[in-house]
Amino acid sequence: MSVQARVPIDAASIQVPRGQVYTIPNRCKGCNFCIQFCPKEVLEFSEAINNKGYHFPVVRKGMEEQCIHCRFCDLICPELAIFTREVEPATAVGASA
Amino acid sequence: MSAGSIVVESHPADTLMRADRLPHILCPGCGIGSVVHTYVDAIAESGIPVNQHVCVSGIGCSGRAAGYVNIDSYHTTHGRAIPFALGIATYRPDLHVTVISGDGDLTAIGGNHFIHAARRSVALLVLCINNFNYGMTGGQAGPTTPLSAMSRTTPHGCWERPFNLPFLAQAIGASYVARWTVLHVRQLRTALLRAMNKQGFRFIEILSPCPTGFGRPNDIGDGLSEMQNYLRRCEVNNEIDLRAVDIDLTQQDSPIYVGDFVDVDRASFRPQVVHRAGA
Repeated sequence: MSVQARVPIDAASIQVPRGQVYTIPNRCKGCNFCIQFCPKEVLEFSEAINNKGYHFPVVRKGMEEQCIHCRFCDLICPELAIFTREVEPATAVGASA
Repeated sequence: MSAGSIVVESHPADTLMRADRLPHILCPGCGIGSVVHTYVDAIAESGIPVNQHVCVSGIGCSGRAAGYVNIDSYHTTHGRAIPFALGIATYRPDLHVTVISGDGDLTAIGGNHFIHAARRSVALLVLCINNFNYGMTGGQAGPTTPLSAMSRTTPHGCWERPFNLPFLAQAIGASYVARWTVLHVRQLRTALLRAMNKQGFRFIEILSPCPTGFGRPNDIGDGLSEMQNYLRRCEVNNEIDLRAVDIDLTQQDSPIYVGDFVDVDRASFRPQVVHRAGA
């Protein structure tokens, strides 16, 4: 099924930031807020456990380029265990098309 | 080029936190950590020098806030966060004093201090982290426990009408009144920045999950379930009549109103006697 997605007319000039996720695993208490409320669904629980026995957030395989540095995971984390930084000059949405 | 997640040892906000005390004592899924995190983020953004911020907290889970922020901070006795902060704010109007406390501490034993500080328009920013119960002492019913809610002291449901805190704050003369939940961290951060730059008594109620004390006996589930409950039920309405912003726990589909409700200009309390003392 093909869906005709509407492309904003200024898409080529819109700059979408790219983010890099940083974690401090041993602070995490596994509350799941960052994973559930990430608007791009970039995160998932790790296979490994931290020194308190919790699974902590890691970037899902294949989603490494999807973080847009919105900082929601950072602000909502009660433990200050995750944050993002902008990694590279923003690229235009239309540039890769 | 981004890699997966990179493991590091510290957080950019650690300079404003007493990072050696992290991780904090609060339960997994509790929202108080998010409020403190948003508060320090707003401090960094506010442009006000860090040494002009003061944090005063009362007792209980929310009262731990003062122990985790790396600014001048005071952990006061039960219900006395506001009178303690009032002394600082009145004598040193150059300082930005924030009270972070829970619903029980602020509006039960501290209720009259709350009312009179707002009546006098004392220059305080009061954050009430409302988790609907006394979390630290085991989940007893408090002044904001919704009607019919289960708690340790109301095993057949709470039949006392709860406080409607935004309406109370408006009625007693707060210059800024807002209500957000821990899920609305971005709006909360904006509200904090707006409130930090206002005069008079500013009040922000922040609804927060308490999975251990309130979520479990009321079949709400863990912190995430309560957050999803907020996601489903919260409705932003800045213009609403504050008589209608009670929280009804029994009606799962009734809205929980959030927003920046009141924003008026009111001069801060500055008694003549302090002028004469030359402060």
